[in-house]
Formats: sequence, structure tokens, C-alpha cells
Amino acid sequence: MNDDWLYEISPKRKLIDLNFKEIWRYKDLLILFVKRDITTVYKQTILGPLWFFIQPLFTSVIYTLVFNNIASVSTGAVPSFLFNLTGITAWNYFNQCFTSTSNTFNQNAALFGKVYFPRVIVPLSKVIAGLVKFGIQLLILIAFYFYFILKGTSISPNSNIVLFPIYVLLMALMGLGFGMIISAMTTKYRDLTVLIGFATSLLVYISAVPYPLSQVKQKMPDIAWIVQLNPLTQIIEGFRYMILDEGIFDLRSFIYTIVVGMMIFLVGLIVFNRTEKNFIDTV
Amino acid sequence: MSVILKAENISKQYRLGTVGTGTLSHDLNRWWHQIRGKEDPYLKVGAVNDRSAKASEDYVWALRDINFEVKTGEVLGIIGKNGAGKSTLLKLLSRVTSPTTGSIRTKGRIASLLEVGTGFHPELTGRENIYLNGAILGMTKPEIRSKIDEIIAFSGCEMYIDTPVKRYSSGMRVRLGFAVAAHLEPEILVVDEVLAVGDAEFQKKAIGKMQDLSTGEGRTVLFVSHNMLSIEQLCSRCIVLENGTVSYNGKTKLAISNYLAKEKQKDTKVSFPLSSKNIRINHFKVIDNLENIAEILFIGSQYKLNLGLKNIATLDQYIDVRIQFFSNEKLITTLNSYHRNETYLLKENEVVDLLFNIPKLPLSSGRYSLGIQIYNRSEKMVLYEHENFFTLEIKEGDFFKTGRLPHRKLLGKCLIDFDMQIRTL
Repeated sequence: MNDDWLYEISPKRKLIDLNFKEIWRYKDLLILFVKRDITTVYKQTILGPLWFFIQPLFTSVIYTLVFNNIASVSTGAVPSFLFNLTGITAWNYFNQCFTSTSNTFNQNAALFGKVYFPRVIVPLSKVIAGLVKFGIQLLILIAFYFYFILKGTSISPNSNIVLFPIYVLLMALMGLGFGMIISAMTTKYRDLTVLIGFATSLLVYISAVPYPLSQVKQKMPDIAWIVQLNPLTQIIEGFRYMILDEGIFDLRSFIYTIVVGMMIFLVGLIVFNRTEKNFIDTV
Repeated sequence: MSVILKAENISKQYRLGTVGTGTLSHDLNRWWHQIRGKEDPYLKVGAVNDRSAKASEDYVWALRDINFEVKTGEVLGIIGKNGAGKSTLLKLLSRVTSPTTGSIRTKGRIASLLEVGTGFHPELTGRENIYLNGAILGMTKPEIRSKIDEIIAFSGCEMYIDTPVKRYSSGMRVRLGFAVAAHLEPEILVVDEVLAVGDAEFQKKAIGKMQDLSTGEGRTVLFVSHNMLSIEQLCSRCIVLENGTVSYNGKTKLAISNYLAKEKQKDTKVSFPLSSKNIRINHFKVIDNLENIAEILFIGSQYKLNLGLKNIATLDQYIDVRIQFFSNEKLITTLNSYHRNETYLLKENEVVDLLFNIPKLPLSSGRYSLGIQIYNRSEKMVLYEHENFFTLEIKEGDFFKTGRLPHRKLLGKCLIDFDMQIRTL
């Protein structure tokens, strides 16, 4: 009679303990979290969702002024503003996924300490909420894209555009993976939270966001390998390549990025899994 | 009835002190043992969970080898002193954290009601929060939708339901939170002290709902509370936790008396000075009319209860003191400074002696225990409370100044001063 237990609570744990049935049962919670994250950010603001537009636009303008006009970084045939806007839109999505999931445990300690639900719902909801923001920012990118076409600039996407979903997925996986690793590590030792703040703003510069990969290869061949090994560079560069048909794309780097992205995600998932059971004792 | 939940040998170890460099070295050592396939070296150590003892080791067993079973439809009470491990046990049951050893197996979904209103988002409206909170507690959207009217009605917050929760009073937030939780439909519900909040009307409603859940709907409930009255009303069986182990498991009545008896044995002596939240008690003594300390009191004599206090908070506090006389756990009478309009503004660092003057002790002979409560009137906060703070021994005395000592057996609990007139007709 005692064999049909629904579940067991014990200290033993599997390496990856993802109960998809359970996550599915909590899908409404996931949707509500996503809704909450989107709607509450700009409550009691006048411009509301307009803020989604303002940040990438301003950043692009500044980048264009500093890197392209002052430092004269060449962006090839593409208008440098559009070049920057494309890079920033992609970067923003990764950054959003990463920073919002990296404090999952610390931020939700009060909630996690009271009720059980599959913890992975929280970072997952951040990634999906980020997707909505990304979609909105993509709209501005498209708007400017057509603006430049109307102005007579010859730009067109290339056949790589079919890889678009893969790039988005890669950004999400990598942001989520890194975020989960950091969030798990900061539960006991808070050192990393200090690092995150400035690390992401510096990471922009070795991820080829404000410049094309070709430029760094040409101007600083000695350290170009760092930029090239960075999987984020490959994503940003590939993203620009398919939309603007400008930049470097080769299959080997693409596969490399996919493998690294998957690995980071898996490691993140494992670390997150190990942490979620007991983190409340150490947070 | 079938067993719905079974806990076997569950233990939970916590580390004492703060997380620091010592933790890192222990973590590395633990990891080193783990990768060599050896047992965790720190599981062998660990002190017994006794909050008042001095910390002698780095680890403590908040729970040690707990075994129990719960049957379907049963309401199980869990009682114990502060820090006996009740909340830790509930945390394990509600899967917030996992046990260090042992296992809990269950046949039903467990939902916990540890602190109502957790997960409310201040910017969302009451209605949106009902959905969010319901989902956090494990309900699906259709489930919530079918009950939303009922939930709103139960909370009694109809008027504010489309206003952001940040505009709610704290009482309203609790009402809304409990309303959502009360409409959960898990097989096992875990409840911790929620009834301590809300106004009297709402508490009654909440207890009623809890009773409905268990009796009417046959829900299994695990209920933790310090309120013996609600435990007695709700539970059919109780577990008494003491220092992290089960010291009693059985009928509620017996469990409660068992718990209270232990409590009394343990806490009968208090030593001074005694520091509590924001206040220090320097001494408590009973002095007679010659200003000597009275060891044994006599009926009818004059005594002063002298309580020495120091304000150790960094602010001035309005202090009220209540002293209660108990005989065999029955409340006999109360002296409360508030009733005499003697609420005192205790300045920062001020040291005072409060003297409760009893001109003619009217209690009959026997042993009395004194309970004390020191209350901050302005902050509405109990600074110190003890049910069994001091023991008094009262002996027969000349209450009526006639040299005749009333016989104890014929006297009753107290004496009334009276005089007599005899009119001849």
C-alpha cells in the first residue's frame, strides 16, 4: 500500500532534476510572472513603454558619436548608426537575460523561503519577459532599417536570416546559463554581485558590440583571438551579418558558439539545481 | 484511514554563526570528502538544539531523527517552544529546503500557508495579486477564476480589489492573502501561525474556515501555533517538539498538558539582570513595610513589588507593566500600571524602580507564580513577557487585625476587607 507515493523529499539529488510535468503544471505561474515583469516596470511613469525605445536609441547615438565620429571606427558600407543599433539590440537581449536571472535567489529569498514551486520558473520568466522587450526593440530597428532604405542606402539581409531564431535562442540560453551560474554562486558568497555591475558594461567591449570583428583583426591582431573566442562576439557579429550583410560569418565559429552556448546552459542548469534545494539555509 | 504523509528519520543541520572564511574551508573539506565518496565529516558533529545553552560547536541539529505519520483527513498540531524546530519542520514539509538526512514521502500535493501574502506585488491590483498569489501557491488559472468571487467576498476587500496592493492597510493585505490561501485545494495544507494576525472578527472567520477545511472537506492539515486554544479547537492529534526531537506524539489534550508541564519545569527560575528587546530588568523583589526583602508573605500585610528597569533602547519608551498572579495555572488577579494610569515615559538609559504597593495582601495562602509583561505602549510592542517569572509563597496572616487566622480550607481564593454593623431592633 505504501508504494504509490507521489513524491519524496530527501537529501539525495540527481545531477539534473528537471520535472517537466511539474513545470507544465505551473505554466500559469510562468505566464503571470512574465506579465508582472513587463507591466510593473514602468508603472507610475509618464512615458511608460516608450522607455523601451529610448535606451537603445540613446546608446546608439552615443556610440556613433564616440566610436565612429571621434575614433573613426569603420563600419563598412553600413551607416554606423544602424550598425550600432543592431549590435545594441542583440546585446541588450543577452544582457537582459543575464542580469535579470543572475540575482534570482537573492532577490526572491523571501518568497522562496515560504513557498515551493519549481524555482526554474523564475529565471525562465525573466528570459521570456526579456523576449517581449527584445521584440519591441526589434521594431525600432526595423523602423530605422526602412528609414535608411528609403534614404537610398543599399542594405539588405542575407540568406542567413533563417538563422534568426537560433541566434535568439543562443542569446537566451547563454544569458540564462551565465545568470543561473552567478545566481547560484552568490547565495553563499556575495562577492560576485559586486563584479556583475561593472563586468557587463566592460563585456560590451570584448564582445565586438561597438565595432566590427574585422576592425579588431586588422588593428589589433595580437589580441583579436580573445574577442574571437568570446562566444558573444560570434552572436553579435552573426546577428549583424544576417541583418546588414556586413561582417564575418563562418560555419566553424557558428558551431563553436552553439556548443559553448549549450554547455554554459547545461552547467547553469546543474548548478542551479544543486543550489535550489538548500540555498535558503545559506542565503 | 490511509497514511498520506510519512516522515522517516528526518534531521536538519544548521551552521551556527555567520557565513565567513570558516565556511569556505568547511565547504572545501566537505567537497573533498564527497568526491572521494566519503561521508560528510560535519554530519558527525553538532550540538543539541537548545537555544539557551552556550554555543559550543559550529553546527547544530535543528531537527534530529523525527518520525511521524499523518493520516488522510487528520488535523495534526505541532507545538513546542520558540526554536524547538517547528518552523524548520514545516519548511522541510513544504519543500522550501531539504533535510540533511532522512526522507519525507507523501501521496498528496502539499501547499503551505507559512506567511500569508508572500509574493504580493505592491504595484499590482488586488485582483491581479489574487491570480499571482494563487499561482505561486500552486493553483491553475481556471481554478482561481472559478473561485475569484468567493475569494474576494471572503477577504472583505471588494471596494479595493482594483486598487494596487501598495495602498492597502497591512490588515487588508493579510485578509487578502489568507483568502487566497484558504481557497487552495491541496491534499495537504501546512499552516503556521496565520491566525495571529487580523482583527478578532477575521480571526474567528479564519478559524472557522480551518475547521471547515478539515471536518467538512476532509483535508489533511498540519497546523503549527503557540495558541493552545486554537490548537485545542482544531487538532485531533499533536506532536510536541523539544530541542529538535519529538517528545510527545498523541492526543491533543495530553500533548498540551505535557507541553505546559515541561514549560513550567524548565522556566521557573529567572536570573537577573535580564536583558530583553530594548529593556533590561535589573531585579525583581518583594519588600515588606520595613523595606526588607520578603521571602514568605503573610495574608493582610503590606508589600511592595519592586521591579528595576533600565531603558537600553536608543529612544524614549512609554512603558506599561502587567503583573499577573497565577495559582495552578489559573489566573487569579492582575496588577496593570495602565489601569492605574501610570504609563511611564522611560527616557533613554534611564534606570527606575517601579513599586507596586499592595497595602493589604488579599490572597489566601499557597504558592503563586507571577507572570510579567512589559509593554511599550507607543510602539504597541511587547518588550518582555514571561508566564512564570517569579514564585510567591503566602502564609496565613492576621488580615482582619483581630488575631484570628482564617482557616485555609474554608477561606477560598481571596479575602475581602469588610466591617460589620449590628443593629439591634
